Amino acid sequence: MENLAITQEVKPPNTSKSPLKWLQDNLFNTWYNTILTCLALVFLFLVFRGVLTWVFTQANWKVVPANLQILMIGPYSIEQVWRIWIVLDTLLVLLGLSAAVWKGLVLRISTVIASIGLIFLLIPLDLVKKIETDPATLEFNLNIVYLIFFKRRWLLGGLVLFGITFFLGRDRNSLRRWVIGGWILSFPWTMIVLHGFGENTISTTNWGGLLLTLILAAVGIAACFPLGVLLALGRRSQLPAIKWVSTIYIETIRGVPLITILFMGSIILPIFIPGDFQLDKVIRAMIALTLFSAAYMAENVRGGLQAIPQGQVEAAQAVGLTYPKTMLFIVLPQALRAVIPAIVGQFISLFKDTSLVSIVGLLDLLGIAKSILGNPKWQGLYVEVYIFIALIYFIFTFAMSFVSRKIEADLGVGKH
Amino acid sequence: MTENENTTNDPIIICEDVHKWFDDFHVLKGITTTFKKGERAVICGPSGSGKSTFIRTINRLEEHQRGTIIVDGIELSNDLRNINLIRQEVGMVFQQFNLFPHLTNIKNITLGPIQVRKMPKKAAEEAALALLVRMGIEDQAYKYPAEISGGQQQRVAIARALAMEPKIMLFDEPTSALDPEMISEVLDVMRELAHSGMTMLVVTHEMGFAREVADRVMFFDEGVVIEEAAPADFFDNPQHERTKLFISQTLQH
Ligand SMILES: Nc1ncnc2c1ncn2[C@@H]1O[C@H](COP(=O)(O)OP(=O)(O)O)[C@@H](O)[C@H]1O
Ligand SMILES: [Mg+2]
Repeated sequence: MENLAITQEVKPPNTSKSPLKWLQDNLFNTWYNTILTCLALVFLFLVFRGVLTWVFTQANWKVVPANLQILMIGPYSIEQVWRIWIVLDTLLVLLGLSAAVWKGLVLRISTVIASIGLIFLLIPLDLVKKIETDPATLEFNLNIVYLIFFKRRWLLGGLVLFGITFFLGRDRNSLRRWVIGGWILSFPWTMIVLHGFGENTISTTNWGGLLLTLILAAVGIAACFPLGVLLALGRRSQLPAIKWVSTIYIETIRGVPLITILFMGSIILPIFIPGDFQLDKVIRAMIALTLFSAAYMAENVRGGLQAIPQGQVEAAQAVGLTYPKTMLFIVLPQALRAVIPAIVGQFISLFKDTSLVSIVGLLDLLGIAKSILGNPKWQGLYVEVYIFIALIYFIFTFAMSFVSRKIEADLGVGKH
Repeated sequence: MTENENTTNDPIIICEDVHKWFDDFHVLKGITTTFKKGERAVICGPSGSGKSTFIRTINRLEEHQRGTIIVDGIELSNDLRNINLIRQEVGMVFQQFNLFPHLTNIKNITLGPIQVRKMPKKAAEEAALALLVRMGIEDQAYKYPAEISGGQQQRVAIARALAMEPKIMLFDEPTSALDPEMISEVLDVMRELAHSGMTMLVVTHEMGFAREVADRVMFFDEGVVIEEAAPADFFDNPQHERTKLFISQTLQH
């Protein structure tokens, strides 16, 4: 640490310019720059015209709404879809509580998510369809009540629960550890609810689409993070055994493509596991994704650990903190903060890497897309289907990197 | 200098023939000495002579390889429980402050009492605020270390060490990283601490402080204590050539 004296902040001279001036200074300042700008504009115009023409006049978008359900939940039975809603409502409850006890950024993110839910609740998509098909029998007011209070009762209920839990949890900071526990329990809870038991089980072979992609990504992210932290600490351990095991693990995994690990998990592993004990296919994919990402996570975290001066550890030891507490309260908070962009980058990679499970026969978003394209009815609509799923991947990954930037700003990375 | 009215005859740190190597480099070459409860010892000597290494062996930030160190009746060994017990009794203040930059000043201070001493949060905060008042910086409690001056940071660091209610305080050149105008505010609180009866081992080149506060000045050179005496004798009547040279050099500026 440096010895930082407080310096008075002096604002730089005001250099903001009018847009016109900016254009003049940056795009049209010399004759060759003017030519380049014009060429770029022509190029952009041609590209955009091509794309827009295709999007609005040539593309056959029917394939998307016709397959929307299967893209979202795969072969999951539509009669059982209430299970998914229970999970979503559980998450909304946890989100409401989190917003209440952490406020700040968590509150803002939760508000955005709840607002998106609200928009879905209020947009009368089904009504629009009804009006198109059968305008005569329409009783608009009644229909909207029907739509919101019956057809979308799960979403409505979830949002109401979100509001209630937020209201009840406000300023009860002592609930924090329970909320964290709740988030951890939400993983087994989700698996149990989606799977069910007894005669009503829905085998994981029927999990698919965006649902499966999100589950794989969420489990992978939640599991690879602590594992990666432990591996990073292990690699820097004083104990040779732990150090070598961690190092060998990290280097081995990083030397092998993910697809190989997925194949090993899904095809080779079952050959060696005896008898009727067969680990579920989805669970095997989760394990493979987690083990793979953890190695990269470990290297990211290690980068952060290396940036922490030894004096920090010594000061912590000098007040008598044990090794675990020194790591937990002093070293990791600073180390992780320093590498948030790398960590979130790893999460984003993991999210996109889930698409590889389609190669070992799982019906994730990409797997479903492939199976739709295999249907003669939708033959040849590659571009439409792939653009649609690309858009979904983009929305989620963009949201992740956006949140990461907000977290950085919120924690004042590089400030304290 | 007058005898310290706080010093007792009970030994609190006993060092017997302490040796330390960094690989092949012999840093401490047999230190034998005893510090009594309430004693204030100033350690000086040229750079690289092993002063920091010596006081860091006392709370086991450095491990000694030969000899024995007994602190408050507990012998320092590899037993982790002993190490943690001793670290609770021994506070340390570093040259570079080593405050935790991600925690506010008050959280820097309360972390140890809450996590190690298991003090309730409320009580720990009250005690921390009282310490900050004693350090004269109570209005900086909720700022981050980077937001206050070096002298204030070092006083927070002293408060952090004192919050554990240690029996012994180690200072490793606490004013060397400070701008000159901030040195006295740190020395003032150290002086106050010395008068309160704390056992203190202070590595410093502040000879005025040594003269005024110390019961004993120890002179380190190349890993051995070549001279130790009460400050009056040490400064006015040094025995060794090395000591004489060091004193004349230090007093020159
Ligand atoms: N961790 C270390 N590894 C190797 N050598 C060290 C280490 N720490 C200190 N030394 C060496 O030990 C000697 C004594 O260091 P130190 O106790 O810091 O001296 P002083 O505090 O008296 O200036 C120096 O020569 C220094 O380079
Ligand atoms: Mg030193």
